[in-house]
Amino acid sequence: MSYSEKLLDHYENPRNVGSLSKEDAQVGTGLVGAPACGDVMKLQIKVGVDGRIEDAKFKTFGCGSAIASSSLATEWVKGKTLDEAEQIKNTEIAQHLSLPPVKIHCSVLAEDAIKAAIKDYRDKNGADK
Amino acid sequence: MINKAGSNSPKMPIYLDYQSTTPCDPRVVEAMLPYFTEHFGNPHSRSHSYGWEAEGAVEKARNQIASLIGADEKEIIFTSGATESNNLAIKGVMHYLKGQKNHLITTVTEHKCVLDACRHLELEGVKVTYLPVKQNGLVDLAQLEAAFTDQTALVSIMAVNNEIGVIQPLAEIGRLCRERKVYFHTDAAQAVGKIPLDVDAMKIDLLSISGHKVYGPKGIGALYVRRKPRVRLEALIHGGGQERGMRSGTLPTPLCVGLGEACAIAQKEMGMEVERLRYLRDRLYGKIREKLPEVYLNGDLENRIPGNLNLSFAYVEGEGLMMGIKTLAVSSGSACTSASLEPSYVLRALGVEEELAHTSIRFGLGRFTTEADIDYAAEQVIEAVTRLRALSPLWEMAQEGIDIKSIKWAEH
Repeated sequence: MSYSEKLLDHYENPRNVGSLSKEDAQVGTGLVGAPACGDVMKLQIKVGVDGRIEDAKFKTFGCGSAIASSSLATEWVKGKTLDEAEQIKNTEIAQHLSLPPVKIHCSVLAEDAIKAAIKDYRDKNGADK
Repeated sequence: MINKAGSNSPKMPIYLDYQSTTPCDPRVVEAMLPYFTEHFGNPHSRSHSYGWEAEGAVEKARNQIASLIGADEKEIIFTSGATESNNLAIKGVMHYLKGQKNHLITTVTEHKCVLDACRHLELEGVKVTYLPVKQNGLVDLAQLEAAFTDQTALVSIMAVNNEIGVIQPLAEIGRLCRERKVYFHTDAAQAVGKIPLDVDAMKIDLLSISGHKVYGPKGIGALYVRRKPRVRLEALIHGGGQERGMRSGTLPTPLCVGLGEACAIAQKEMGMEVERLRYLRDRLYGKIREKLPEVYLNGDLENRIPGNLNLSFAYVEGEGLMMGIKTLAVSSGSACTSASLEPSYVLRALGVEEELAHTSIRFGLGRFTTEADIDYAAEQVIEAVTRLRALSPLWEMAQEGIDIKSIKWAEH
């Protein structure tokens, strides 16, 4: 499979790899996928007092497309409010990385990961932010 | 596979995928060349020396092939490759025996061409038993014995598996079949030139050979068809009646010569090559295991061809790993590397859990692999796995002592 330069860049130099403290009230953790499927993404967001995502981290078990999609997702959510981050569509991720058709599901999983992290944060903090 | 991943270097990766295909041995190419432009005659032309010399070359090749497996040259049919040989053997026998016997036994780990030929026969009403394999990849002889019925015409079990390199107990299978007067076919594409084969000692009735697995050219193979006692089969390809009526078509002289030469070289050099490959394979395995924990070998280590190593690297996905070792040409059992997005059915048949199947890499060593290649490969693998584990949420959980199996994963 020959990948786009942007995808390869994210694979070689993934952004925001790591973990935030799950116990932190300001942190939302999304864990999506399944090992049996070959794709697991953990995406975490740290929300600042102004309601904007001030930091994001990811870890992914998956192919190059999955790693790139989740890396990109952490880049894009930074600086956004939760509502704005929720608007990120898998199609935008897929287009930016020029994902081949057979890899589109990786971008879907990345979108799910963002939403899961947001949901986790909201559950922890009441639905006001 | 992935080989243009971001690299500006025109240098090709180190080839470690010898089970997928092999380069032609230069000696094979040298033997073939005269038959393209100089001695180009049709080997079936009876009336002039162009034909006679082509025929001579083909018959010499037939002998070389027969010699490698302990057969008579009259028992070797040339085909376009092992896929055709497998189709010819399986469909050929079952079609010939239609109305008399209706059952065939094979295993779940056979090559796709065998499995698909069997499925096709099932549509025609043939009953097929697909035997499972043990965790080490070997067939359970007691299960095989129990599967025979009075309708069983044929057993087809591959000699060496292409993904995990395990060697089936051919002589024992042959004995069981011969006792019951059932034909024994073996797809020996990955075995020829790698393990000693003797069709008489092993009581094999049909055997498939692939040119491009034994440093011969692509596009040629052979089928051994026993004459004493005679195995009869219905041809797949009809025409001028070449190859004793079993496979019509003008023989591709240079390709036949190439296959013959490849077999002759293999016969001469097999002993030495086996030792060398075993040393290299064990060195690769040892180096990897020294630096990486949680690495699992797929398939039996003892009953295995020396050039194969199939490893699962827990918590790291196969395609992602392959991108990280782009200077190595290997293959993976991961779903992402298969067109169907399903993980390797061979690994699943061993009972390898799906997530480990996704993490597997097959290293295939061969005639032109050097110790430097191995040392470099080990380094690359260790580095890539380490880097990807740092990226992996599953590795993180494992380090924290979380039992990954206890998590309820969402379907997606």
